Amino acid sequence: MRTAPRKERPYLYRKFKSNLMMGLTCAATLLTLLPLFLVLAYLVSKGFTSLNFAFFTHLPKPVGEPGGGMANAIVGTFELIGLASLIGVPIGIGAGLYLNEYGGAFSAPARFAADVLIGMPSIVVGIFAYAIIVRPMRSFSALAGGFALGIIMIPLVTRTTEEMVRLVPQELREAALALGVTRWRTTVSVVVRTAAAGIATGVILAIARVAGETAPLLFTAFSNRFWARGLREPIASLTVQVYTYAISPFADWQRQAWAGALVLTAIVLALELGVRWITRGRLKPLR
Amino acid sequence: MEASRKLSAPAQPQVAQEIVQPAAKPRRRLVPSFLGDRLFRSLTGFLALLVVLLLIGFAVVLCMQSRLSLARFGFSFFTGTNWDPVNEEFGALPFVYGTLVTSAIALLIAVPLSLGVALCMVEMLPQWIAGRIGFLVELLAAIPSVVYGLWGIFVLGPWLRDHVDPVLGRYLGFLPIFQGPHIAVSLLTAGVLLSIMIIPYITAVCTEVFRVVPQTQREAALALGATRWEMVRMAVIPYGYSGVVGAIILGLGRALGETIAVAMVIGNRAEIAASLFMPSSTLASVIANEFTEATGDLYLSALVELGLVLMLLAVLLNAAARALVLGVVGGQGEGR
Repeated sequence: MRTAPRKERPYLYRKFKSNLMMGLTCAATLLTLLPLFLVLAYLVSKGFTSLNFAFFTHLPKPVGEPGGGMANAIVGTFELIGLASLIGVPIGIGAGLYLNEYGGAFSAPARFAADVLIGMPSIVVGIFAYAIIVRPMRSFSALAGGFALGIIMIPLVTRTTEEMVRLVPQELREAALALGVTRWRTTVSVVVRTAAAGIATGVILAIARVAGETAPLLFTAFSNRFWARGLREPIASLTVQVYTYAISPFADWQRQAWAGALVLTAIVLALELGVRWITRGRLKPLR
Repeated sequence: MEASRKLSAPAQPQVAQEIVQPAAKPRRRLVPSFLGDRLFRSLTGFLALLVVLLLIGFAVVLCMQSRLSLARFGFSFFTGTNWDPVNEEFGALPFVYGTLVTSAIALLIAVPLSLGVALCMVEMLPQWIAGRIGFLVELLAAIPSVVYGLWGIFVLGPWLRDHVDPVLGRYLGFLPIFQGPHIAVSLLTAGVLLSIMIIPYITAVCTEVFRVVPQTQREAALALGATRWEMVRMAVIPYGYSGVVGAIILGLGRALGETIAVAMVIGNRAEIAASLFMPSSTLASVIANEFTEATGDLYLSALVELGLVLMLLAVLLNAAARALVLGVVGGQGEGR
């Protein structure tokens, strides 16, 4: 329509241009996937050579001493994930259920807040956790780190729960209600159970997402060269450890950083791939 | 299949409400002492309210924590170019500049590529290949940013310095942004790395937007004699235009807030460098670098104010992107 007043270009030219542009979109696709393969290839080639048994069982060694590992950081990452899930999962699932099953006065603002929180820079979450937990406690702690990661999980879990619960056929709810089951029992025993796989997927994807977070841990969980003796102490995590080692000038540490990055990526991708493979084709992917 | 899902989706909840409401209402009146429903509703409602309070809490806490710096510097915080913790003088302009430049580079690279990928997946490839490629593109978003940073330091940065910087310098060297020595940790490296990181977000939204363009629009264009590309330009892109803009804004929001990867490859210098080959800093990277070392309340408060700026930008951009995308995708993200 827009081209109507102009003199029409020859068909061959238009055909050529069309093929060229559509070819370019394919080129863009290949170019976009290139970094994925490059990053993974470098991770495997550089990380694998630095990976050994000690990496999983030993504490970090000071500069100059060869060997050592990231045992405390690996455990720390899982501890932080656990703490984060304690906060993020119940709040996220509860809020998600409310959004779809009740949809009262807070549902529009809550949906908006969740969407905006998903896009909140993670470093800002770190500042928030610092102000709320680290400052009053006067110490960096695993608690603060878990709190920060938990806050990142909340909106992710909320939105996926809502979306998964919406896929539950209305007839199931009606059937339960018609049998005289109360509304809340219907929600818990029928709706949540039907959507359980989807909700679990959302939770695991949220875990995968926070497992790779560094910025919110820098000044909440901080880091620790040794085993943390409690939740009120600073704790090491894979991400922060990789960050510290990567920007250090020591070749030894840089090698360890590659190994740590490989382990970290393996954990995250295993979660992502595993969950998607199990639920393949049945669920809409999370953005 | 896509179309039938769209058609049936909005109809379902309406019917359901008509049936459920009358059944539920008399119940509540008959058994007022039955607390389970009330309790469960208030509990989940409270949790939903918590999500809202969380967002408000962010704003309140960050404002409170940065009040020293807000009171001391006022608006001059954003025009000052001098970031001098020793003399307690804080001007954030270099970081604002770094953030804008790296985000601009990232968008410049990521937008055409993402549009290309999205169009290729929707208009060119059969469903089963498109699904797999979409999955791979999403994996780009799954890789932790610290891993991107590591790769940026040791692979991307040196490669750009040795192979891209000289070429840009030779052919575009008359522009001041492509002059000067080539350094691996630079605005350019950070921008390119960011572009890789935001492509999956922009692509995912664009794909979704292009998929909701009605098939009839495409058929109409083809029937008028359009080639495939003309169909894309006349029917697909105009229909999804505001959604595409929303996707770009969403990508911008991600780019502004990305912290660790940028902090690792930008070189961390608090100055405005004319050349893209020079090190700089962004709002997020300076917080990551200096927060734990900040001595003195004013210093800390100034860093929190940078975070406040980031937060406000993120909220604004995300709200705008959300409105634009929902306008096209048509309440798929909205409830009943």
